[in-house]
Amino acid sequence: MDPLDIARWQFGITTVYHFLMVPLTLGLGLVVAILHTRYVRTGDEKWLRLTKFWGKLYLVNFILGVATGLVQEFQFGMAWSEYSRFVGDVFGAPLALEGLLAFFVESTFLGLWIFGWNRLPKRVHLATLWLAVIGSWVSAFFIIVANSWMQHPVGVELVDGRPVMTDIWAVLTNNTALAAYTHTLFGAVAVAGGFLLGIAWYQLWRRRTDGIDTVDATGRVVVGEAPDIPGRDAKDHGVWLTSLRLGAVVAIVGFGGVALTGDLQAKLMYEQQPLKMAAAEAACHTGTEFSVLSIGDLGSQDCESITTIIAIPGLLSYLAKGDFETEMPGINDLIPQYQEEYGLTLPDDPRYGERAGQTIEYLPLMEVTYWGFRIMIGFGALAAFAAVVALWLTRKGTVPRSPWLMRLAVFGILAPFGANIAGWVFTEMGRQPFVVAPNPDASGIDGVYMFTAAAVSPGVTAGELIFSLVSLGGVYLVLLVVEVALLVRYVRAGVAGALPELAPHDDDPADPDHPERRDDVLAFAY
Amino acid sequence: MEILPTIWFVAIAVLWIGFLLLEGFDFGVGMHLLVRARGEQERRLMLNTIGPVWDGNEVWLITAGAATFAAFPLWYASLFSTLYVPLVLVLIGLIFRAVAIEYRGKGSTDRWRRWWDVALGGGSFLAAFGIGAALALTTTGLPIDGHGDRVGGPFVWLTPVAVLGGLAVVGFCLVHAATFLALKTDGEVRERAGRDVVRMAPVALLPIVGWVVLVQFQSGPPWSWAFVVVAAVAAVLGWLAARKRREGRAFLAFSAFLVAGATAIFSAVYPNVLPSTIDPAFTLTVANASSSDYTLGVMTVVAAVGLPVVLAYQAWSYWVFRRRLSAAQIPAPHPVVPAVRAGR
Repeated sequence: MDPLDIARWQFGITTVYHFLMVPLTLGLGLVVAILHTRYVRTGDEKWLRLTKFWGKLYLVNFILGVATGLVQEFQFGMAWSEYSRFVGDVFGAPLALEGLLAFFVESTFLGLWIFGWNRLPKRVHLATLWLAVIGSWVSAFFIIVANSWMQHPVGVELVDGRPVMTDIWAVLTNNTALAAYTHTLFGAVAVAGGFLLGIAWYQLWRRRTDGIDTVDATGRVVVGEAPDIPGRDAKDHGVWLTSLRLGAVVAIVGFGGVALTGDLQAKLMYEQQPLKMAAAEAACHTGTEFSVLSIGDLGSQDCESITTIIAIPGLLSYLAKGDFETEMPGINDLIPQYQEEYGLTLPDDPRYGERAGQTIEYLPLMEVTYWGFRIMIGFGALAAFAAVVALWLTRKGTVPRSPWLMRLAVFGILAPFGANIAGWVFTEMGRQPFVVAPNPDASGIDGVYMFTAAAVSPGVTAGELIFSLVSLGGVYLVLLVVEVALLVRYVRAGVAGALPELAPHDDDPADPDHPERRDDVLAFAY
Repeated sequence: MEILPTIWFVAIAVLWIGFLLLEGFDFGVGMHLLVRARGEQERRLMLNTIGPVWDGNEVWLITAGAATFAAFPLWYASLFSTLYVPLVLVLIGLIFRAVAIEYRGKGSTDRWRRWWDVALGGGSFLAAFGIGAALALTTTGLPIDGHGDRVGGPFVWLTPVAVLGGLAVVGFCLVHAATFLALKTDGEVRERAGRDVVRMAPVALLPIVGWVVLVQFQSGPPWSWAFVVVAAVAAVLGWLAARKRREGRAFLAFSAFLVAGATAIFSAVYPNVLPSTIDPAFTLTVANASSSDYTLGVMTVVAAVGLPVVLAYQAWSYWVFRRRLSAAQIPAPHPVVPAVRAGR
């Protein structure tokens, strides 16, 4: 087996996995900070409950993002040493800045927030959360800057065949990065919105199913109480209704932002990586038509076997250029251009190892790009529509009793995650066969590109890569199960799971496990 | 002398020292929790001494790695790819340790907690040992060719020096954490940790002394022996302070021991960052492995502004959580039961 393929699978799996946690951390962190701010402003216990409950889920998820983020930083050097040598002068800096300017802030202040209840002054305590959230948003910026440089290298010149940074400002303000950063953040906000909506729906449904809340003749909610169930008092209803409606609004804002920034990003991508976008469309011939449905064997990578069934004339030009006339180049025209510019076969250079001389496949895997693009947009649009419907269905203060709608809302949490992942898989696999994509547009620097085939560590064996792929994959799988189980556990417990004072006290002073508990007991402890 | 690369060699040394000083007691507490704590209350007490700060401490490692990538890409690429297998183990150790800290208290069965105790202690050990081995190897050399790639199989790194480095960091973490626990807790844990320091230090600090001396004989200039002497004096003072149960003083002295010892190592290897055991001509140095002056200049400006700020707020977080903890302050485990009407 070629180490290159294993290394690519490993990078793909570990990165997609890491990005399950990241958007939830980014989006939910912002939500919790807003909730906590409301609590400090109003002093209303409802907001405290909201802060504690969503804060608990935030932390359960946060830790896996931290733990798997380490793998991301290490594996550039471990599995992609040639890549690291090639890009280090420009790619390493954003990672170092991320550590110095973002991760320290995020981690230190999150620790202060978790353990700072009743210990820090209220406003200072609130500020620690905001700083932690800002830290995570800044870290996202630096990592997107690094990634966007691979999509669109700027701010460098070639010295002895290696890109050397000449303009950090150009790297930080790379138009690809600005579009991708806003796109990613809105995507993260959408994830958080769906998460709130789905879980709050379950809680309101649970209250109805347990006979706590009922509806009157007009369908308006009659809020009840259940003294026998921890946390299920009248205030509890407000917690979940606020969560649900806030989640729906956040999701709609997120999806709106995603659509706008996605449009910007697509227009850039048509200039910077035309072949990626042509492959996303299965656009074999130059033209203006957007494919709504193409059939045939996309996997054959062969334009002969693809038939576009439904196409909208002009739409492709509109997506790319904002008009309805510009002819967008198709695969059949682009591939010869790439072949002329970058060669037919991998050069006879030692860094390609046994891969030297192989034919270069310039067309990204069309099945992945075509469907990745559509799943991203489809899941996003579906979830946005669902959020609007949810707002309408809950206008009278609670959710319908239908268990199927509840299941739909809960599984709907996955849709924005799916859209995020499909988008990343699309843009990263659409960049192939390059790890650093060359840019035909005017702002691109000529000659700065690298084939993925040249990027893998020459000294690392297939056996080592299989070992790491299997062991990391196994650990990741187990931890995913554990994380989801814990999230479910805390969701089912409701607010009482996150607020000890709402739970029944079995704190028996005669308990041999806890002799003479003092009165300065910590507000929170692991 | 190359000024900017030298500044970054020093900066990376500072990041590694900061990492060992801070994360050192986190790793050590993880190991103590597994083998030295008696009962659930003590385990939770130990865990909560590092609870608010461990994640910020881990960032020293992340930043050390990223700064190496940015400032010395060739060093980063050669070291990390050559040490592929041990670094996978380090990553698995770090993952389990981090998740254990957060998840341990979120289950309710003894089996759950015992499992995470093993993940925490084992993960801390694995990470400390692997990082120690990696650091020892980058100061003594690895078989790399003229391109910086490994010559030999996946286990060519497994040498007595790797074991020495691994034991050095594990040993230091154990002593450092015992001192830290004695300083941060009250009651039984404090007493036992205080006794542990006195008993463990003379043995557990030997490997790190061995590593320091080895590097001195290999490539140390005469003046860096001064740091060795300072380290030795600090270790003795730390041990004496620990015997008198002067916990703060012992902690400072053992910290000084680490700073002086690591400074001796880094001064001795300079300007090499990764010697080649195949041919000295292939050795990676501060000069031939570094990034451009422009990149280093940008990072120097950012670090000069950013690092003091980091130090300030991290110091503040230690100030906020400065009080000793006792087992009686640990709240009762928090029941997490489904908020569902019975019978459904």
